[in-house]
Amino acid sequence: MEWFNLTPDEWLAVRLSLKVATVAMLTSLPLAIAIALLLSRGRFWGRMLLSCLVHLPLVLPPVVTGFALLLLFGKQGALGHFFETYLGIVFSFRWTGAALASAIMGFPLMVRAIRLSIDATDKKIEQAAKTLGANPIWVFITITLPLIMPGILAGMVLSFAKAMGEFGATITFVSNIPGETQTLPSAIYSYTQVPGGDFNALRLTLISVIISMLALLLSELLAWWMKHRGSLV
Amino acid sequence: MSLKVSFRHKIGEFTLDASFEVSSGFTVLTGMSGSGKTTTLNIISGLITPEYGKIAISDHIVFDSERRINQLSHKRNIGYVFQENRLFPHLSVARNLTYGRWFRRPSSKERTLQEVTELLDISHLLKRKPDTLSGGEKQRVAIGRALLSAPQLLLMDEPLSAIDQKRRQEIIPFIEAIYKETGIPVLYTTHNIAEVAHLMTDHIQLEYSSDRNGVRFMSRGNGQK
Repeated sequence: MEWFNLTPDEWLAVRLSLKVATVAMLTSLPLAIAIALLLSRGRFWGRMLLSCLVHLPLVLPPVVTGFALLLLFGKQGALGHFFETYLGIVFSFRWTGAALASAIMGFPLMVRAIRLSIDATDKKIEQAAKTLGANPIWVFITITLPLIMPGILAGMVLSFAKAMGEFGATITFVSNIPGETQTLPSAIYSYTQVPGGDFNALRLTLISVIISMLALLLSELLAWWMKHRGSLV
Repeated sequence: MSLKVSFRHKIGEFTLDASFEVSSGFTVLTGMSGSGKTTTLNIISGLITPEYGKIAISDHIVFDSERRINQLSHKRNIGYVFQENRLFPHLSVARNLTYGRWFRRPSSKERTLQEVTELLDISHLLKRKPDTLSGGEKQRVAIGRALLSAPQLLLMDEPLSAIDQKRRQEIIPFIEAIYKETGIPVLYTTHNIAEVAHLMTDHIQLEYSSDRNGVRFMSRGNGQK
């Protein structure tokens, strides 16, 4: 059981990773659904440009994304200044910054999974709901949303998993401060940089694997439940 | 109830030019495959917006291109039974049937869920999901769903085309019962006029006119009663 005798800093890293991943996943979800709908159903000038912009974090080196976040959301950055002044939210060198970096890195994966699900939804079924008197918002809530739920779940899992493993953008943007911004990958990295830290690094790696597996299992269970029993209405 | 339709709409290389009037009764709309029957029903229901025209239901204008009136589909109160049932796969039969009741409060004259399910013989299917039903059962549920949304007009787009001959013979008496017992005007498209000839009170045929190059237009067919 020595394997699971974590130090207080290690427990903090585990808890912080879970918090950062959950917040990143949940806060980006509404925007991801809206963007996926726009990309799937919208016919407007600049759609391809928007798609490129959304997918940019997938192809950029994470350190570039982290540096861009530092420029934009740092204390001197235009957006960072706005959030701090008007909403009281500080991103730089705080766990909120780690959540923001994780959300942005996982955003393309979430949007892609939801968009594929929307593309696969038969619009004719939505038309049938309209002829029965449902307005577009009600059609979305009662028909589209339940039908794309497997895609939403897949997107949530991908975003969560990406956030659990996010390292490059996070360490560039918010550094590696134990108790504040040190997530599991940062803690593992720190152990690999000190002599005799391999055992601790391996232990945290194992915990990472277990958490990711549990997230995947939960999503599989939810997908099964949705298919066999679930419905929102 | 009367339905006055007049529109012009481009479909691929052709322009569909329609002008007809339907009064209460069972009106059958026929025409070759791809002649624009489904497009016509989609335009009446508001799922497609024509380039030009005017559609009025009992003096209430739902579309008028000149006056820029275009009532959205969900406000037209038109029941629509599609070729491919289009049931909601994630909802039970009961929820499919009552979906329209969320938006249109039925008057006391309207049929209840029990009456409609008995009329269509689907009472035993209420708890099941659409993917467990046969083709004929699905189409009966689709008819019931349209009926329970308390429509002022019922559009039926080849409702028997996706099911086999034996099932068709089973469903026709239900369509007959609905038409005769509810009195809701029906606009019914089909390739096979014989299947509903005994119900037909009016017949409209989509024809291609060679002298009006590339234009399909509506005309009263020979089957007009």
